[in-house]
Amino acid sequence: MGTIEVNGKVLETDEEGYLQNLSDWSPEVAEYMAKQDGLELTENHWEVINFLREYYEEYQIAPAVRVLTKAIGKKLGPDKGNSKYLYELFPYGPAKQACKYAGLPKPTGCV
Amino acid sequence: MSEVTGGVEMEEETGGTVKKFMFVNRKAPYGTIYALEALEVVLISAAFDQDVSLVFLDDGVYQLKKGQHTKAVDMKNFSPTYRALEGYDIDKLYVEKESLEQRGLTPDDLVVDVQVLSADEISKLMAEQDVVLSF
Repeated sequence: MGTIEVNGKVLETDEEGYLQNLSDWSPEVAEYMAKQDGLELTENHWEVINFLREYYEEYQIAPAVRVLTKAIGKKLGPDKGNSKYLYELFPYGPAKQACKYAGLPKPTGCV
Repeated sequence: MSEVTGGVEMEEETGGTVKKFMFVNRKAPYGTIYALEALEVVLISAAFDQDVSLVFLDDGVYQLKKGQHTKAVDMKNFSPTYRALEGYDIDKLYVEKESLEQRGLTPDDLVVDVQVLSADEISKLMAEQDVVLSF
């Protein structure tokens, strides 16, 4: 358990830094978390983050990385639906890291 | 792809062979943790590229019922997650005909496309499995 402070608001996270309450999320939270990892969020990052939020909204889970990669490929094209592209954007693992920025729980099946 | 491997040991054990896994769901979605736990195990099992199927029978058919409102029981409505199974390449969903009929349900009442099979047909399928896990 930990907390982060974004825009003067204290938000609860789990021990790995994932938000406890989905409803605490805002784009500033993603920016803040990325900054902590030394990352500047670009439009390409946001594409994935927004995709994950939509996926969660629809299915109520965070997808496994394999499922994410396939689904991104379907939606954004094969040049983006591959591990290389996604790992370049999110070096700590596209599912884990992008889900964290998106305010979602850690994907089921992740270690 | 280390993100999706939940148990390295299992991979070594199977050494690339594909086994037939059947997950049998018998309980109502809420009131016990069985339905949700089964679904989690199914999602994790998808990472191991096995031949996975799901069976819904008895009150388990209610897990797939459309229009679940869970606020009063203070649980997350996880029924939309069954719709994600297709993306995990899990598309063998069987529902027992008798269980469905006894509860006045038809496939149109369910959140996903399923194959409706009789108890006899399901029992035959079970006999063909390498592993049957009942929840």
